[in-house]
Amino acid sequence: MEFPEGLRYSKEHEWVLVEGTTATIGITEFAQEELGDIVYVELPDVGEKVVKDDPFGAVESVKAVSDVYAPVSGAVLEINDLLPDNPETINDDPYGDGWMIRVEMSDMDDLKDLMTAEEYAEYVQKQKDDEDEEEDEEEEDDEEKS
Amino acid sequence: MRYTPHTPSDKAQMLRAIGFDSVEELYQHIPQMVRERARIDLPDGLSELAVGRRLAALASKNATASDWSLFLGGGIYHHFIPSAVDAIISRSEFSTSYTPYQPEVSQGTLQALFEYQTLICQLTGMEVSNAGVYDGAAAAAEAVLMSRRIQPASRRRVLVSRALHPQYRAVISTYVKNLDDVRVEEIPFEASGATDVERLASRLNDRSMCVVVGYPNFFGVIEDLAPILALCAGAGAQLITVTTEPFALALVKPPGSWGADIAVGEGQSLGVSMTLGGPAYGFFTCQKKFVRNIPGRLVGETVDTEGRRGFVLTLATREQHIRREKATSNICTSQTLCALASTVFMALLGKTGLRRLAEVNVARAHEARDRLVGQGKLEAGFTGPFFNEFVLRADNLDDLFKRCAAEKIVPGVALGQWYPEIKGGLLICVTEMNEREEIERLVRTISG
Amino acid sequence: MSERKSSDLSEPSQANRKSQSAAPRLLFESGSTGRSGFYWPAEEAKGRTAIPAAFRRDEIAGFPELGELEVLRHFTGLSQRNFAIESQFYPLGSCTMKYNPKINEVVARFPGFAQIHPLASADLLQGALELLYELERMLLEISGMEQISLQPSAGAQGELTGLMLIRAYLAEQGGPRKKIIVPDTAHGTNPASSTLCGYDVVQISSNAQGVIDQAAVEKVMDEEVAALMITNPNTLGLFEKNIEAVAQVVHARGGLVYLDGANLNALMGIAKPGHMGVDVLHLNLHKTFSTPHGGGGPGAGPVAVKERLSDYLPVPRIVKNGGQFELSEDCPKSVGRVRSFFGNFGVLVRAYTYILSLGGHGLEEATRMALLNANYLRKKLAKAYQIAYDEPCMHECIFTDRLQHKHGVSTLDIAKRLLDYGFHPPTIYFPLVVSGALMIEPTETETPETLDSFIEAMLAIAREAKEQPELVKNAPHSTPVSRLDEARAARKPVLRWEPAQAENK
Repeated sequence: MEFPEGLRYSKEHEWVLVEGTTATIGITEFAQEELGDIVYVELPDVGEKVVKDDPFGAVESVKAVSDVYAPVSGAVLEINDLLPDNPETINDDPYGDGWMIRVEMSDMDDLKDLMTAEEYAEYVQKQKDDEDEEEDEEEEDDEEKS
Repeated sequence: MRYTPHTPSDKAQMLRAIGFDSVEELYQHIPQMVRERARIDLPDGLSELAVGRRLAALASKNATASDWSLFLGGGIYHHFIPSAVDAIISRSEFSTSYTPYQPEVSQGTLQALFEYQTLICQLTGMEVSNAGVYDGAAAAAEAVLMSRRIQPASRRRVLVSRALHPQYRAVISTYVKNLDDVRVEEIPFEASGATDVERLASRLNDRSMCVVVGYPNFFGVIEDLAPILALCAGAGAQLITVTTEPFALALVKPPGSWGADIAVGEGQSLGVSMTLGGPAYGFFTCQKKFVRNIPGRLVGETVDTEGRRGFVLTLATREQHIRREKATSNICTSQTLCALASTVFMALLGKTGLRRLAEVNVARAHEARDRLVGQGKLEAGFTGPFFNEFVLRADNLDDLFKRCAAEKIVPGVALGQWYPEIKGGLLICVTEMNEREEIERLVRTISG
Repeated sequence: MSERKSSDLSEPSQANRKSQSAAPRLLFESGSTGRSGFYWPAEEAKGRTAIPAAFRRDEIAGFPELGELEVLRHFTGLSQRNFAIESQFYPLGSCTMKYNPKINEVVARFPGFAQIHPLASADLLQGALELLYELERMLLEISGMEQISLQPSAGAQGELTGLMLIRAYLAEQGGPRKKIIVPDTAHGTNPASSTLCGYDVVQISSNAQGVIDQAAVEKVMDEEVAALMITNPNTLGLFEKNIEAVAQVVHARGGLVYLDGANLNALMGIAKPGHMGVDVLHLNLHKTFSTPHGGGGPGAGPVAVKERLSDYLPVPRIVKNGGQFELSEDCPKSVGRVRSFFGNFGVLVRAYTYILSLGGHGLEEATRMALLNANYLRKKLAKAYQIAYDEPCMHECIFTDRLQHKHGVSTLDIAKRLLDYGFHPPTIYFPLVVSGALMIEPTETETPETLDSFIEAMLAIAREAKEQPELVKNAPHSTPVSRLDEARAARKPVLRWEPAQAENK
C-alpha cells in the first residue's frame, strides 16, 4: 500500500497536498479499497466554503455512501471534472488523477492536526491489526468451542 | 390448522430436536402479565367455502360497473382490460415473489419493470421513469419533495392549481406540512376550466420552487402548458404535471414535449381494475439531469460475468435501506404488481390499440356532452378542450341523482363537496365502456 | 420445487446454465410494424378531431407492436426467470414470506370488489364499507390498540402517518418537539420516515443482549424528544423485554412510543403491543397477513393508535350509524389525507379474507409454529454457522459469516450459492449491527421436510466453504444469469430501452 511522502493525512483517510496556500484534497488508497467500486462522487461547487472536520462531499459505491470530510478549511477553487463521468478514477489513481477538490486555505494552522506519511502508515496498520486481532480472538473462541 | 402443516408428531419431533417440551417454553421470558392478556378474541376460522360465501355476500352489496351505468371519473377510470393481463399477473412467479434484491433469480420482475419504465417514458415523452410509487397523489407529493431537494433553499414556495385533483392537493399539503420551510399557495382556475395563467404570472417570483398543474386537470380540461412553462422558465421555478388519466396521453401532446421538469400521475386506467381506488400505482418521471434525486426504485440494465444482458435495482444509495435518514424518500414496498399489469396492458394494446381506444373515449365523451347540453336540462360548465371528462351544471343535483339511481345510473361526480363555487357542478366521464345505449339512457333520464 | 442434492451441484456445469432459455428480448426488440395484440371495431370519427391541433400528439414512438400470443409468451417466459414463494422456500428475515392463499385472489377479483368506483355514494358501497369496518375491528383486537386507519399504502407510509399523528398530538400539547429516538437495529424506513416528518434522528445502541435497555433511553430522553420508535421483536429476532420500562421513561417526559409492527407474526396470541406501552403502531398486511408481495408491492400499512391520538387519524373515517356505514370527513384535527381514496382496498380484502380463514385460534397457532420453525433452524444451523445470539429466538434467527470468513467466503457468497440449491437466500447484511448478517425467517407455512432440505443445503455450503471455496465464491452457477455488474449499472445508468441500443444486441 502506498503512502506518498509529500502528502499530509487525516484520521478520516483524506490526503492533502499543500502548495503555498493551496491545498489539493482526495481520499487515500486505504479508503478507496474499503469502499470498493466507486460509482458516484458528490462534490461542492466552486466558490463554496469548506470547514475543517465537516463533510464537503460524498463518495458512493454500489452498497454504501461515505461522507468525505474537509481536513482543512477554505474556499473551493477547483473541482476535478473527470470525476462526474469517471468516478472509478479514484479507485485507479487515488493520489493523482483521483484528486477531488482544490481549496484556498483560510488557516495554515489547520495543517498541524494532520499526520505525516509515516504516522498515517502506522495508523492504517493499527486499524488493520485491530481487525485481525478481533478475528483471531473469535477464532480462538471457535476453536475452544469445537 | 389453516396453512400450518405441522402434525402432532412433527411438533414432537421438532421440539425434541431443539430440547424443549412445548412451544410455550420458547417465550416464557415474556412477562406473564403481558402473555395473559394476549388472547385474540376473534371467531374460529371459516372453511374456504364459507369464506367465499361470506365475501360474496359483501360484494353483492356494492354497485358494480357491470350492473350499473357509471359515468364516474375523477381520478379512477373504468376502462377495458384484456383478459391476458390478469392471466399474466395471476402467475404466482410474479405475484408471490419478493422485491428483486437477488437479481439472478428475479430477472422476470426486473426486466418487466425495465420495460415498464421504458413504456412510461414513451407515453409521457419524458427521459427517466422510476418503477412506480403508491398512487398519483403520493407521486404529486413526492414530486414536490423532489423539487425541494433540487431547488436552492431560497425557493420554497409551491404554487398549486385549484384545478388539480382535490385529494391530490390534500396529500401534497399533508406531506409538506411537517417541513417548516415550504409554503403552498393555490392558483385559481378561470372560466375555461383551466388554471388562471395571469394570476399565476403575478404570483411567480424568485422564491417560487415549483408549479403543479393537472394535465388533464380534475375538470377534464386539457391545460395549455406553453404559457405556463414559459412563466416557470422565466421565474426559475420547476413545472410538475399530474396526469390522472394517462389514456389521454395517447392522443394529447405529452408533458415531455412541452418541457415539464417532472411529470407524474396515476396509472390505474392502464390495465388495473378500479377496486375502489386501490391498489393501482403512481407513475413518476423526470428529466435525466434530475435522476439522482428521484424517489422510489429504479431498474437499470447491465451485464453478468459472462457478458449476458441482465437487469438490477440501481442507484440504490438514494434509498432508505442505505441512506436511512438522508434518503430521497422512505418508500420501500411499492406497487410493482400493478405496474406489471400496466406493462402487459400497454404491450397488448401497443402503438395502435391505445390510440384507437383513446379515440373512442374522445368521440363518445364529446357526443355525450353535445346531447346532454342539447337537451337543455344541463348547462355547459367549462369551455376548455377536454379528453373524456367534462363539467356540466344542473339546477337540482339531488333530484337528478335520485332519478338516475332509479335507473341504476350514476351520472357523474357532484363537485359541491370540493368546489362550492361551481353551483350544481357535475363531473361526467364517458369511456369506451359506456355503450351508446347507456348514453342514450342517461340523456333520457336526465331530460325526465 | 427445484431442490437439488449437493452431489448434483459439486461441479458447476455450463449445461445447467445453457439449459435455461437464452437471454430474452425486450418487448421493443420483437414484433413487427403494424402488428397489434388488440382488436376493437372501428367507430365513426365524430368528435375525434375535438382535440385542438395544438394539443394533438403523433403516434407513441417506440410502443410495442406485438401479437397477443407473442405477448403471452414474452411474459410467461419472464415469469420463469423468477423465484417465488410458490416455487421456492423464501426465508427472508423480517419479510414473513408465508403462503399467499389462493382464495384471497379469487375473492379480490369478485366484480363486487374489483369493479366498484370510490366516488360512488356510500349507499352504493355498503358491502365495501362493511368489510373495511370489520377489518378495522379485527386488527384492533389483534394489536390491542383502540382506533385505526387503513389508508396507508405500505409500512413506510404507515410509519410516516404514525409520526405525523404524534407530531399533531404534541403540537396541540404545546410543541411538536424535535427528535425521534431510533435503535441501531431499526429498519431504514424508520429514520427515513422521521426525516420526512421534520424530525432529527437520535440513534441508540442495543445492549450486549441485543435489546434496548432503560439506561440507554434515559440517557437521551428529554423534553425535545417526540417519540421512541421500536420494533418488537426486533430485527435480531429478540423480544424487546424492557419495552414496558422503556415506555415509562419516554412517557414520563411527555413523549410517545411508536411500534414498527413488521414482526407481528411473532406476537399473535403471545403479546399485544397495545398492552406494552405502545401509543402508535403500523402493521404490514403483506407480511403477517398473507397478502402477496407482488415483486415489490402492492402492500398495505394500516396505522393504529390509542384513543388520545384518534382525533388526528387520516380522513375519511368509517363510521357505523344504525345499520348503515358512512364516511366522515368531519375530523377537524385530522392530519389530513396520506393517499387518494381509501387505501389499497384490494389488499385489504385479501387480509380480511385471511383473518376470517384463520380466526383467533388460527392466528395464534400461526405465531406458535413460526417460532417453532425458526428455533428448529437456529438449533440445526448453529453447528456450522456462528449464531449472533445464542438463546431461543422468536420468529427469525440471525447468523454471521464469521466461520466462513476464514476461508475467504462471505455472506454474499453463501447467499448466491443457496440459489444453486434452489432456495431464495435469507435477508443479508441486515441489521447493520451484526457483521455479515444472515437473517432467516421461515414462517409457519413451511413443513419440517422443507426445513430439513434447507438445513442440508446450508451445511453443504459450509463444507464447500472449507473444501472448495471457489465454488461458493463464484456462485451462482445454475441461474439464468450469473452475478451482475452493479457498479456498471450505477456508474452509467441505463434506465430504459432506446432504439440505438438495438444495434448493440
